[in-house]
Amino acid sequence: MAKLVLQDVRKRFGQNLVLDGIELTVSEGEMVCLIGASGSGKSTLLRCINLLEPIDDGTIHLDGVDISEPGYDPQAVRTRIGIVFQSFNLFPHMTAAQNVMLAPRRVLGRRPDEMAGPVEALFDRFGLKNRMGHYPDQLSGGQQQRVAIIRALAMSPEIMLFDEITSALDPELVGEVLDVLRQLRAEGMTMVLATHEMGFARELADTVCFLDGGRILERAPPAVLFSQPRAERTRAFLSRVL
Amino acid sequence: MPNPDQGGAAALPAAPTRREIHEARLRRRSGAIAAGSTLFVIAAIVVLVPMAPGWEAVRRSFFNAEVFRKTFPGLLEAFLVDVAIFLWCAPAIALLGLVIALCRDVRAPALFPLRLFGALYTDVFRGLPVVLVVYLIGFGIPGLGLPRPWNSPYIWGSLALILVYAAYVAEVIRSGIDSIHASQRSAAASLGLSEADTMRYVVLPQAIRNVAPANMNLFIALQKDVALLSFIGPVEIFRQAGVYKSLLANFTPYVGAALIFLAITIPATRYADYLLHRQRRRQS
Amino acid sequence: MNKTLSATACLLLMTAPAALAGAHGDCAAGKTLEDGVLTVATGNPAYYPWVLDDAPESGEGFEAAVAYAIAAEMGFEGEAVRWVRTSFDEAIQPGAKNFDFNLQQYSITPEREQMVDFSLPYYTSAMAVLTTQAVIDAGAEPTVESLRGLVWGADANTTAVPMLAEIVQPERDPLLYGDNADVTAAMQAGQIDAALFDLPTALYLSAVVVDGGALLGQFPADRSENPDQFGLLMEEGNPLRDCVDAAITALTDSGRLAEIEAEWLQQATGVPVIE
Repeated sequence: MAKLVLQDVRKRFGQNLVLDGIELTVSEGEMVCLIGASGSGKSTLLRCINLLEPIDDGTIHLDGVDISEPGYDPQAVRTRIGIVFQSFNLFPHMTAAQNVMLAPRRVLGRRPDEMAGPVEALFDRFGLKNRMGHYPDQLSGGQQQRVAIIRALAMSPEIMLFDEITSALDPELVGEVLDVLRQLRAEGMTMVLATHEMGFARELADTVCFLDGGRILERAPPAVLFSQPRAERTRAFLSRVL
Repeated sequence: MPNPDQGGAAALPAAPTRREIHEARLRRRSGAIAAGSTLFVIAAIVVLVPMAPGWEAVRRSFFNAEVFRKTFPGLLEAFLVDVAIFLWCAPAIALLGLVIALCRDVRAPALFPLRLFGALYTDVFRGLPVVLVVYLIGFGIPGLGLPRPWNSPYIWGSLALILVYAAYVAEVIRSGIDSIHASQRSAAASLGLSEADTMRYVVLPQAIRNVAPANMNLFIALQKDVALLSFIGPVEIFRQAGVYKSLLANFTPYVGAALIFLAITIPATRYADYLLHRQRRRQS
Repeated sequence: MNKTLSATACLLLMTAPAALAGAHGDCAAGKTLEDGVLTVATGNPAYYPWVLDDAPESGEGFEAAVAYAIAAEMGFEGEAVRWVRTSFDEAIQPGAKNFDFNLQQYSITPEREQMVDFSLPYYTSAMAVLTTQAVIDAGAEPTVESLRGLVWGADANTTAVPMLAEIVQPERDPLLYGDNADVTAAMQAGQIDAALFDLPTALYLSAVVVDGGALLGQFPADRSENPDQFGLLMEEGNPLRDCVDAAITALTDSGRLAEIEAEWLQQATGVPVIE
């Protein structure tokens, strides 16, 4: 069974039809990259998957369960699907460690002493062990984004969504964040990324989807899509960004 | 002469640059002009004001040294009443203000009456002069026939102050809550945090920190408005000054009271400004 | 020389009657704010029985009547008397006054004398304890010991305040208010048990204003401690004072002042003296 299935998903903001019939299937352990111009709906799509935004039409199935049903409790989904944002969105009044431990404590009921070990291990894995007591404004952009990833991972999600997480970073800091993603990929995490990092997508993605005007215009493994795009608009887009 | 190739710690200070010399000269000049102009203004006040025809009468009536000496201790003692009223009102105002701000923020349909109540409450109590509320509540409610000590003007006058100031504090906190970017709520929601937990752990701590200077200004205003309780009986510093004024037919006690107030409110205002300044620096 | 003599004699004859008839009228000439007009100030509002219906121009009420009597003695009749209203503060603040003299039950005290001028007293007042029947029923008595245990209120601007402090010495600090209305409001609300007023005001308040009001006792007018004598309040150094004093002396000597008092201030019989 596929992990995540989107069928004919539509989303409207006012008069604007942002998602116009999205069809997407994500298997367990798969890494799907979403590419496309700004405004093509990548962010909206991600925010619909973890129910931050309700969809207007269509269905979303997680492990075969329809989570898009109106009235479905979004909180249950959000502990299983983690998301990392372009602007990190760390809580500025808490240290890195406190940022990470808040949700496991309040949502999953973990006690601080039983969390301490695993959390420290997470920080250590991503090279931030000596930054645990720092506040976000004392960290670089790359460090903040890595903490944001750790914060989402601390909830032990089954799927991770990444919304252009390197777009706001200085170029020299992008690499350390991509390293984290490589690690996750190697561990078999199911990931959906909206990204501009074409090289990264080509290197690691299982599938690349090109979004245009609210639809997935083309979908193929990266080797195929980047070298032999079928649609005209895909070619036009790739010629601008590659 | 030290070797110029040695490390920086042993090097002589460099000779002043051309620009430094120029700026130092400019500074000295503007400093001298500022001092001169200030001295001139002070001298003008000291010389010209006493030359006004009514000055002697005003001095005797408002700046009478002997009356000041006689009444100052009594005023200080009466000021303790103001301090006491402030100390028990301030926490109640902070708490009620927070509650009202949260009432105005609830989204659940079942709790809509709370939202309505919050809006009505802030409209009414921000719209009335404080002294009016003090009179209405301080005399009106005990007038309904409460037994002692429940009809004390201290209780109901303080309640009037609390109700009015909580409305202002609620609005300030609400604007603080609104100023927290929606992305913070998105992040909290996407971690699975409930609305209540989001408010309690993410939004409120930031909101309250952000509006602390504005709230400090409200509490400084409260320090002065406690004097309004004098209208319904308690003998605090304003009333005590009035008693002296009446007995001695002299306004100097009011000047004494003013000085005592300023001794508290000026440091408090300066501190609030410092907090605001520091917060702005951190945000930029 | 004959012409000068007769001219002078004419002048003397002409002025003599005026000098004799308006013996006091001359005194005030040139000493009032406005020539030929006497400007008198009182409170806003002016209470019964000092002024009736808040209309001092009618001459009705003890202080209104006294003001007109003094004015007449000084040669100001009827229309020549103009009324203005002031608060206590306006009366004592430095700067030009908008009245020649001010009367609203001002008690003469040495401290006040240093900042303003008072005339001779025109009334000596008993001070009475205003309370409610409920408080009397609960056992209050016209003795100083009993009074000490009551919760007191007073008008902050009056000499009732020092009198409470020196003679009654209540166990609990009194509550003070801005005017009579607030004192009676507090009494109605049960926040205070008793208040000290001059006797005529106390009689009025207990009869008309306070529900179930009653007088517990009085400190008589001729008491030795803190006697309350009302005087006209004038700006410090006002030359009019001598004229006013002369007028008051004349009214007292002729018995007119006592007549006015009898007409407007009822005899308060049956109010026990406090021991």
